[in-house]
Amino acid sequence: MIMAALIAVLILGGFSAWFSEQSHADAPRWVALITLIIETLLLVAQYTGTEHLEIVAAHLSQTWLADFNQPWIPRFGIRFHLALDGLSLLLIALTILLGFMAVSSSWTEINNRQGFFFFNLLLCLAGVSGVFLAVDLFLLFFFWELMILPMYFLISIWGHENRTYAAIKFFIFTQVSGLLMLLAIVVLVLINHHQTGVYSFDYFILQNTEIPADVAFWLMLGFFIAFTVKLPAVPFHTWLPDAHTQAPTGGSVILAGIMLKTGAYGLLRFVIPLFPEAAHQFAPIAMTIGTISVLYAAMMAFAQSDIKRLIAYTSVSHMGFILLGVFSWNLLALQGVVITLLAHGISAAALFMIAGALQERLHTREMADMGGFWAVLPRLSALTLLFAIASLGLPGLGNFIGEFLVLLGAFKINVLLTSVTALVLILAPVYSLFMVQKTLHGRLLNQSTLFDGNPRELVSLSLLVLATVWLGLSPGTVLDIAAPALKQEIQLSAAMAP
Amino acid sequence: MDINQLLALAPIMTLATASLALMLSIAGKRNFVFVCSVGAGGILLTLFALTIAWPKTPLQATLLIRVDHYALSFMALLLLAGLAVLGLCYDYFKDRAGQNEELLLLLLTALLGASVLVVSSHFATFLMGIETLSISLFVLIGYPLKQPRPLEAAIKYLILSGVSSAFLLMGMALIYAQCGELYFSGIGHFIANQTAINTLVLSGIILIVAGLGFKLSLVPFHLWTPDVYEGAPAPITAFIATVSKGAVFVLLLRFFISADSFVYAPLLNIFSIIAVLSILAGNLLALLQNNVKRLLAYSAIAHIGYLLVAFIAGNSIAPHLAIESVSFYLVAYFITTIGAFGVVSLLSTAQTEADDLYFYRGLFWRQPGLAGIFTLMLLSLAGIPLTVGFIGKFYIFTSGAEGRLWGLLATVIIGSGLGLYYYLRIIVVMSMPAQETAIEGKQPDRAWISTTTLSVLAMLLVWFGIYPDFLVNLIHSVAYM
Repeated sequence: MIMAALIAVLILGGFSAWFSEQSHADAPRWVALITLIIETLLLVAQYTGTEHLEIVAAHLSQTWLADFNQPWIPRFGIRFHLALDGLSLLLIALTILLGFMAVSSSWTEINNRQGFFFFNLLLCLAGVSGVFLAVDLFLLFFFWELMILPMYFLISIWGHENRTYAAIKFFIFTQVSGLLMLLAIVVLVLINHHQTGVYSFDYFILQNTEIPADVAFWLMLGFFIAFTVKLPAVPFHTWLPDAHTQAPTGGSVILAGIMLKTGAYGLLRFVIPLFPEAAHQFAPIAMTIGTISVLYAAMMAFAQSDIKRLIAYTSVSHMGFILLGVFSWNLLALQGVVITLLAHGISAAALFMIAGALQERLHTREMADMGGFWAVLPRLSALTLLFAIASLGLPGLGNFIGEFLVLLGAFKINVLLTSVTALVLILAPVYSLFMVQKTLHGRLLNQSTLFDGNPRELVSLSLLVLATVWLGLSPGTVLDIAAPALKQEIQLSAAMAP
Repeated sequence: MDINQLLALAPIMTLATASLALMLSIAGKRNFVFVCSVGAGGILLTLFALTIAWPKTPLQATLLIRVDHYALSFMALLLLAGLAVLGLCYDYFKDRAGQNEELLLLLLTALLGASVLVVSSHFATFLMGIETLSISLFVLIGYPLKQPRPLEAAIKYLILSGVSSAFLLMGMALIYAQCGELYFSGIGHFIANQTAINTLVLSGIILIVAGLGFKLSLVPFHLWTPDVYEGAPAPITAFIATVSKGAVFVLLLRFFISADSFVYAPLLNIFSIIAVLSILAGNLLALLQNNVKRLLAYSAIAHIGYLLVAFIAGNSIAPHLAIESVSFYLVAYFITTIGAFGVVSLLSTAQTEADDLYFYRGLFWRQPGLAGIFTLMLLSLAGIPLTVGFIGKFYIFTSGAEGRLWGLLATVIIGSGLGLYYYLRIIVVMSMPAQETAIEGKQPDRAWISTTTLSVLAMLLVWFGIYPDFLVNLIHSVAYM
């Protein structure tokens, strides 16, 4: 029940935010804040309520913490089926945390049509949470699309100068790849229908479908493309720099922080468990794509002059690790993937918030117009430095643990690709320090009245600092929550393991 | 003729009687409001007559007419669409100069033609229905007085429609020459007993397909569509796009299933080519439009192309799944198309038709409700979840995948990608800052019938999009012919 409430509260909160605009122009942001506080309470209730593992439903193994199953469209056996395990729990927690950050960074930035803005923002979060919880493939696709549309509005209405182009590109990329996934889902269901005589979109039932090898490969590819477009990986990444750069700060935070994670989650939860043999065949190619993404995007990041574009490319680079890790399919790599998801969510969100804060003050994103901020913005500068080195993978911070574990896990599978990927350990400091150098050091070009971070910004960013340091110093808590789910996935998809 | 046959014919007779009553009432006294209520009353009575006919069917009511659940449910859909269009017409025409009462008469006769089409099981009723429908449409398209655009559109439609009827007749003649049969089922028997492909019958069927292709505006028979859509008054455009095309498609499906014409492999190739061309050309040309009515015209071409995919799949999958998919898609298409043209119609004034994209600038902030409805309609046309259009697309995917039509499905995906671009473009324009000079449409409180109609359509769109079970069950129960 609580899981359905998690989604319902966000949707209802979105509508209330929209309507509250009529009473006061600033009311929507408070409504959004209250909605997220209720979400937090719900999640805590869910977690503490199921702390001692018990079997929640007859057909589920005990790694699942909660289950919610209602009929929806009986004609095709489509059910409103949500289930929660450790992995979904962590990602939902990340969603809520970054939801707060998105609201915080939009607090003063958005000053026209706040009601519709916060409506879209909360609906985005609802879609993302739905993707993390859905175990009915039709429902998954439903939420998958539900998160795209509000994001499209966020970019196209409140974005920057080139917003229309970026928004439409984002929408078309994700939508078309989504249709490929829909086609794959439908074919999978029809195969299952021919074998068993019943229509079902249920993840747990479809896992048992015996698919002819050649068909399985194509179906796997349909899912894989949809998820890697969202992840994104080279060559499907071109929507991302545009969308991230043009989106308002709150939109960028959600895009980089959590929306990209739905792609990773999809690979981990659906692509490999549903098609283990085909994924095993495909693993070398997928890992190569991952390596190329890591290196290519890191080099591209170095070539940017727009600070948000630079951060966007670093996201592509970090997401390459996910691809490498997921297709290595051993516990070490998968744990690395989970940590990377959380750590990158936090660091990318923080960097986008800083870039947004700078843009709000300077009205530019060009690094050529920046410089010398240490002198005038000491607090923001310190935070910039911290998240820049988090992003380059300094030990002690979250990203390091994640990427280290991924490389460790992948090394067992493919020595060559892992070694090549490790070269990014040189490239990442180059682009990170380049950004630090350009913005914080040098001569102060912009003499306009710059003011340092205000309490709202500082509190939000400090929360993220705490989170990333905590991840870096004691990743054990997180790993313990995710481990049963990951072990279960690995065990069920034995054919994937080499 | 016994009482059951009479009852089965009750809907058609009611509709015909309503047309006559309407004509007499116009002869008595011209009053637009009164005539509109007579028209609406006639349609409602016919809907009631459908419920009387329902338990008596399936039944061969006369030699030429077969009334079954398939026909009755589509008749209900057509009548409801007619009712919605009537509501839009009321607000569109009420302030216009000239004598607008005959418009309602023509709407009813067009509906009568469409109803005859869906119950026909013989070439005679087929032709009668299609001609009654088309002749009413010529006048409807050119209805506004002393305006060049509608007149041009009407003449264009008249000529091309005449040509397409000639194709139809020629096709029927060829088939009759070979089979000696005018009944669809008789033709089916003839085809089933043939061992080799009969080229004359095949040519006949191809000619019929060409004739119907004109009505459905499938590529390469689509050239009239954008001009007629643009020239006709917006509510009438909605009528052409839905009732006329829907009835013809329903007939096409019935003809193919009862005359068993799917056995001709070359036909399937022709349909596949037509579908691919319609999807690609419709979507590509829509990209170039700055006129909303023309844009919707091209998008309608593409949508009939999507519909053809489910139709082609009918060859290799269980017929009831094909019928179910086609029916669901048609319902979705009806709701969204009437809704989209309804918004255009509501924004139009007696002086200007609101078809330039410029009219829609900032509509979100000027008339949020109307813009919201239009956005929903466009998203449904694009097939985004939460809308009925998505479930329709899901059905197309399901029947296409079941029929293993991978090439066609790939085309559908490409077409949907292209489609997104121009639907989103309208949404972007609507969300731009409003301009002072923008022309205001009718105030919603002055057009409450249209507003109510549109709100009902929007609610149906979301309801069937989120919880399609009701509609699916309804269609599922009638999908067995």
